Amino acid sequence: MPAVRIKDHWREQHLFDQRALFAGALIALLTVVLLARLFVLQVLRHDYYAELSQGNRVRTEPIPAVRGLILDRNAEVIADNQPAYQLELVPEEVPDLKGTLKGLVALALIRSEDLDELLRTIRSRRSFDSVPIRLRMSDEDVARFAVRRFEFPGLDIKTRQTRSYPHRDLAVHALGYVGAISEQDLERIDPAAYSGTTLIGKLGVESAFEKPLHGTNGLREILVNAQGRSVARQGAFIPSLRTKAPTAGDDVLLSLDLKVQRVAEEALRGHRGAVVALDPNNGDVIALASMPGFDPNLFGRGITTAEFGVLQNDIDRPLFNRALRGAYPPGSTVKPVIALAGLTYHVVDPQQRRFCAGVFHLPGSAHLFREGKGGKHGSVDLEDAIARSCDVYFYGLADVLGVDRIAAFMAPFGFGKPTGIDIGGEKPGLLPSRQWKAKAFARAADRAWFPGETVNFGIGQGYLSVTPLQLAHYVSVIASRGKVWKPRLVSGLRDTLTGRLQRIPPVPDREVTGVDPEDWRRVVKGMIGATTRGTAAAIGAHAAYSIAGKTGTAQVFSVGQNEKYNAKDVEERLRDHSWFIAFAPAEAPRIALAVLEENGGWGASAAAPIARKVMDAYLLGPDGKLKPAPIPTGAPAAPPSKKQLEPTSPSRPPEQKQADTRTPPAPRARTTALSVSAP
Amino acid sequence: MIYEEVTSASRARRTLTGAARVLSALKIDGPLVVGLALIAVYGLIVLYSASGQNAGTIVRTLMRLILGTVAMLVLARVNPNFLRRTSPWLYAIGIVLLLVVAAIGHIGMGAQRWLDLGIIRFQPSELMKLAVPMMCAWCLQERPLPPSWLTLGLLTGMILVPVGLVAMQPDLGTAALIAIAGGLVIILAGLQVRVMAMLAGMAAIGAWFGWSFMHDYQRKRVLTFLDPQTDPLGAGYHIIQSQIAIGSGGVFGKGWMNGSQAQLEFLPERSTDFIFAVVGEEFGLLGLTLLLLLYVLVVSRAIYLATQTQDTFARLLAGSLALTFFVYVFINAGMVTGLLPVVGVPLPLVSYGGTSVVTLLAGFGILMALYSHRKLVGS
Repeated sequence: MPAVRIKDHWREQHLFDQRALFAGALIALLTVVLLARLFVLQVLRHDYYAELSQGNRVRTEPIPAVRGLILDRNAEVIADNQPAYQLELVPEEVPDLKGTLKGLVALALIRSEDLDELLRTIRSRRSFDSVPIRLRMSDEDVARFAVRRFEFPGLDIKTRQTRSYPHRDLAVHALGYVGAISEQDLERIDPAAYSGTTLIGKLGVESAFEKPLHGTNGLREILVNAQGRSVARQGAFIPSLRTKAPTAGDDVLLSLDLKVQRVAEEALRGHRGAVVALDPNNGDVIALASMPGFDPNLFGRGITTAEFGVLQNDIDRPLFNRALRGAYPPGSTVKPVIALAGLTYHVVDPQQRRFCAGVFHLPGSAHLFREGKGGKHGSVDLEDAIARSCDVYFYGLADVLGVDRIAAFMAPFGFGKPTGIDIGGEKPGLLPSRQWKAKAFARAADRAWFPGETVNFGIGQGYLSVTPLQLAHYVSVIASRGKVWKPRLVSGLRDTLTGRLQRIPPVPDREVTGVDPEDWRRVVKGMIGATTRGTAAAIGAHAAYSIAGKTGTAQVFSVGQNEKYNAKDVEERLRDHSWFIAFAPAEAPRIALAVLEENGGWGASAAAPIARKVMDAYLLGPDGKLKPAPIPTGAPAAPPSKKQLEPTSPSRPPEQKQADTRTPPAPRARTTALSVSAP
Repeated sequence: MIYEEVTSASRARRTLTGAARVLSALKIDGPLVVGLALIAVYGLIVLYSASGQNAGTIVRTLMRLILGTVAMLVLARVNPNFLRRTSPWLYAIGIVLLLVVAAIGHIGMGAQRWLDLGIIRFQPSELMKLAVPMMCAWCLQERPLPPSWLTLGLLTGMILVPVGLVAMQPDLGTAALIAIAGGLVIILAGLQVRVMAMLAGMAAIGAWFGWSFMHDYQRKRVLTFLDPQTDPLGAGYHIIQSQIAIGSGGVFGKGWMNGSQAQLEFLPERSTDFIFAVVGEEFGLLGLTLLLLLYVLVVSRAIYLATQTQDTFARLLAGSLALTFFVYVFINAGMVTGLLPVVGVPLPLVSYGGTSVVTLLAGFGILMALYSHRKLVGS
């Protein structure tokens, strides 16, 4: 039996006191632990938590910057900003959501079939957020809502700035447009800089000069509570919050002349084609048209799938920028450069007359190379051959030059590579060569260069392809006797705040060297001949200035041997493309241009009259007389053309200063250079 | 310091000042009441800010404080012998009420914690916070201490029955506090250190055993409970926001009614379980240190009073009540500062809501009754 334990009061009291003392010590220790923890949080990590707390309560709202305007060379506005109206709804302020929406249906502001979708959207948002329920309201919509506004508590019309193109489709392919920011856009931009904006430049100037046009967003700090609702005060206090004003984008000044642009587009209307007009003195783009175009306003306000479908499925491809991206065989427009090559390599005597019987026979080949238009030119010299576009003359010249020399000579004129225009999307075209062909074809048999291909090369057919921009660039090189400027649409940026204009200087490219001034003169004379007595004589008539031009006809499909090509028999879209290149005034060129009319048939009849209209628009004053030459902008004035027009000494300078690969070799015996075959 | 003179000197010379005469007549302890009053006033100031300057909250809290004070004053005058005799009955009534609540909850297909008495809602679990330590002390008063194994087993059973019922409500925080209140009685009764070590060891082995049998998702739940930071949007949101509030307060605080975490409602439960963080945000480290010092003062005084009582029942009950008060403070502060897992324990006398204020003050009333009804043997 266990011993009975009896209570020992003194011992129990002692035990309790011990425990109480221990508890007191433990309490002290735990209190110290708590204080230590507080020290860590409130002293050591105070900065960290203070920042988190600030991040909690302050939300930064962007204030979008106003996009810069786009102006033409006469300061006419091509792209500006207009307020767009949208209807927004704050769910918690609407007493009867369904009734309100039905009322809007009755006002024809929303469609009844969208009701369910709208309700879902509204319910998915926070009750104090403003939800846009109708975008792109017209002025009538706004007016209709305004008079009944008292019936719709919680609804408001908000305005935002959107891009507007007052001239609609005018110059759209140069200008580009703004549209909704896409996934791809997000990869190359800083999303923070675009918060508060839904639009970004998509093509053309709008895209290439996106950075200066966009400006810098401002910001506004707002106090928010845990639900994200913006609140005016924090407890009893109103904290101070920062705001930073946005910096509006720069205005972009174009070299484009809208008056000329309008003439070019009007002349092309109803056709597919392109006009590119450059200032040969500095590379300014005077007009850049690709027709048909489209209305860029559609994209700024949000294009619908149906609208986009119509544009995309249009057989005339209005979205396609023919001026920059359409690659076509240049046809006879290459003849001036082939002639220059022949002169520079001394394989042709410009005075020697050759006989054209309408057919060229390549030695060692059974193939007959015909005159494009049929017929025969009889006896022609170099200038005649250019003026009257004698294919047979150039078949022979090309054969003598050979592909290597032609390709090497043409390259500095900008063939086969982008011109370097200051907007994106340009195609390089194709300048064929032996090396190119060896790489481009899969089958070994196709990789060899055939002499027949060289012969076609001489009249701009075959593999050679160019864009209208490239062709304009090329003719401007001829106009400036070898000076090369990168084409530029933008000539300056203007700070909207200070009004300070920052001019963008013209960008020179590598010049064409090694061509004798006399040879330039001869070729230009041939081109003048084309508009006075040659293929384009009709457009040269009654002109107030002299025009140097060259027609071109690019075959869309090959004419079989012994077949005659009759445009009327061929379906419209299979007809040849019509080209015309020109510069004027021929003595002191101010404008150089290329005109393409797709399936226009013969160059002289379709494209050349358009070129004349464009040149008239640019060169003539209201009195119908040639305007005085403008002071060239930015660029140092081109050297006086006096020397070029001087009759050169009969003895041609034999010494070649340039040690360039393109430098022509020592003169060959001219008599053996050309072989023109008779039928 | 007037007070010290009163209590010690009164025994000797019976020359009582006016204030001391009142205190003595009310059977209450001056320092303790002053400490509690300071905490309550501090709490009201903080609560006004934390509730978003809601006057209604302040009025309701004041009413509860008055109710609690009345309970304290009444209980302070009750003879400890009466308390001793009613302990088993109180415990029994508490158990019955808990069963009734459970039954109503079962019938009503929804768990609930309170009985609707028309005017007020009464939580039987609050009653058990007092009844369980009273019952434990009652059991131990006639037995030799430290308690035998048999007694220990009996007491464990007596604690676990109400704890289980409350835990099923489910109110784990209150259940834990009831268990702690009972456990503290046993520890104060002189439970041997080796027994405590053994129990702790068994608990550790049990935990390890349980852990090894758990599924992954269960383990994850336990880990989230122990470290809420791993779940920043769920369980961790409270604790992250409260640490931001406290940390951003710095040494001097952001100023009364100017704590952005609290005022802009980033801090959840800002006027109830997480009000400690509001103090830290608006009054800084200094404000929190002051609050903790007030608590320590009250607890120290309460422990001192417990040591001055004259019988086992009084000592154990008073000691348990005093220590439980500190446990409340430490669990709440530890939870809000991220030292302890998040359990729903309010900060005594400061957190808004519930009947816990009344219970707390009633507990202090009992404590003062136990102290002030000592038989003063002649000097």
